[in-house]
Order: sequence, then structure tokens, then C-alpha cells
Amino acid sequence: MHISEGILPFPWALLWSLVALPFVAIGVRRLNLLAREDLSLKPLVGLMTAVVFIVSCLPVPVPTAGTCSHPCGTGISAILVGPLVSVLIAAVSLLIQALFLAHGGLSTLGANTLSMGVVGSFVGFLAFRGLRRVGASLVVSGFVAGLLADWGTYAATSLFLSLGIRGDAPLLPLFTRVLLAFMPTQLPLGIIEGVATAGMVRLLYRKRPDLLLKMRVITEKELPSHA
Amino acid sequence: MPERKLKWKILLLHMILLPTLYFAFYFFSLAPKSWEGVDEAVVEKIAKEHGREAKAPLIDPGSGDLLLFAFLVAGAAGGFVGGYYWRRLTRKE
Repeated sequence: MHISEGILPFPWALLWSLVALPFVAIGVRRLNLLAREDLSLKPLVGLMTAVVFIVSCLPVPVPTAGTCSHPCGTGISAILVGPLVSVLIAAVSLLIQALFLAHGGLSTLGANTLSMGVVGSFVGFLAFRGLRRVGASLVVSGFVAGLLADWGTYAATSLFLSLGIRGDAPLLPLFTRVLLAFMPTQLPLGIIEGVATAGMVRLLYRKRPDLLLKMRVITEKELPSHA
Repeated sequence: MPERKLKWKILLLHMILLPTLYFAFYFFSLAPKSWEGVDEAVVEKIAKEHGREAKAPLIDPGSGDLLLFAFLVAGAAGGFVGGYYWRRLTRKE
């Protein structure tokens, strides 16, 4: 989903950067507020940033398409630390990738942060919380959150790319074309990301339920008997 | 008796897993495509068709994925160290 340096015309790149900036600023504020209550949150956010950084530049081969793509990781980070801090995590990961790995670019950092950070985090978080509210299990909610965070990110990338490059061409056919081009790779990869997210939530529930309780992912009533 | 059942279960698991893995690796080798990333295969390709080409990054790491490999190894090592000492990191003094 990394839109490379120079792909978006300057006005679009500037617009997406301006739209992304308040989310990042609120993410910093939210992290400081949470860390004031509990300083142990900062190492967790640091580790989540390492996870998102690695996962979002890890090329996974998809045999059905013959291409490689990467998951996003913002589903699990949004579940654990909330969507606003997850936007900050994505922005930092994307900045390092743009600076040192030629993944994405500085001019397209706003668009990439919006798609992976804002859309991915909020879609994943809302799906998880919505499903938990209607009584779905942690595993099912985690799976759907990971899946939709991934697909949502790529849908947003398709939109930003289409808006930026279309010129005088109509938007909808180009958007559909980009989305369809992503599908053979991203449909299976989204499912893999869903399974990985569900696995991580399940593992934390078994090994560190206190962490899930602290981050308000589960309630005290849901603590396992051995905890 | 339960031990015997467990042995059968492990045997059955191997009978399913090994052919599945063998087929999966064989399937990978059959793919006719170049395994290029979707960033290049979709984003850059369609953008190029509409007259927009990617520019060189501010810090150009050159060709190949050596730098990416170094970052991934460093990240994985850092992650393992952080995870191993997690309790010490989060312990309340």
C-alpha cells in the first residue's frame, strides 16, 4: 500500500498530509495522557511500533497471484493501544520506511499514514469493539478486525491513488481498476492478517490477560480462571 | 491407552502436514510470475500509465533489498530482546 515518492501530485500530497497531521498530533497527546497514568505503556507502544514497522514492510509471497505484499499490523495495534496511538505508531513506522527503505516517500507520507494509520486503525478498532459488544469471542473479533484493517487500508490506498493520478478521467472506473488489481494478492493476505491478529489476541489472553485488562480489551469478568 | 491415542494423533498430524507442506512448496515453484511487490506491480504500474512516475527517495538505498534485510534482522533481534526482558521493562520499582 506504500504510494511511492512523487506518484501523487503536490496538491494531493499536501492535502493528505494536512488531513493526517491532526490525527498524529492527537495520537501524541493521547499517548502522553495514557503514559501519565501508567508509564509501562511506553515500552508496549515501542514494541507495537517495532511490530508494525516489521510487519508492514515484510514481503509475503502470495502463490495465487504470483506477487508479494505485506500485512499492515494496525489491526492488532489499534486493539491493544487504541486507534489514536495506533495512528502515531503507523506514522513513525512509515516515516522510517520512507527515509531508509525507499518504501513510500516523504511527500506521500500523509496519504500512506491516512490509509494504513487512520483507516486501518479505526476500521480494525471499530470492528473489534463492535463485535465484542454483540457478544463475539476474542478470536472471532480479532480475526475480523485484522481482516478489515488490511482490506480497509488497501481500499483507502486505491482511493487516494485514483484521486491523485486520474487527471480528467472519471474516478469510479479507475478506483475499481486499482481495487481489482490489489484483490488477487490482498484477499488472501487479509485473511492471513486476520488469522495472525486473532492468534496474537488469543496468545495474549492466555499468557498476559492482565495486559488485555489494563488496555480495556477485556473486562474483569472475562479474566481466565488461572489469572 | 491415552498414550497410544496421542501417538496415533501425532502420526495422523504428520500424515496431513507433510504432504500439505510438500504441495505448498511445489505450488510456489510453479508460479509463473516474478513475485514483485504490489507497490510496484499495482501502484507504480497504474500511476505510470497515467503519467506519474516514482522519483528517487531522499536517501537512496540503491538497488536490492540489503538494507531492508538489515533492518528486519535488527528489528527481529530487538523485538526478541525486548520480549525476553519484557517483565523487567514493565516492572514497577
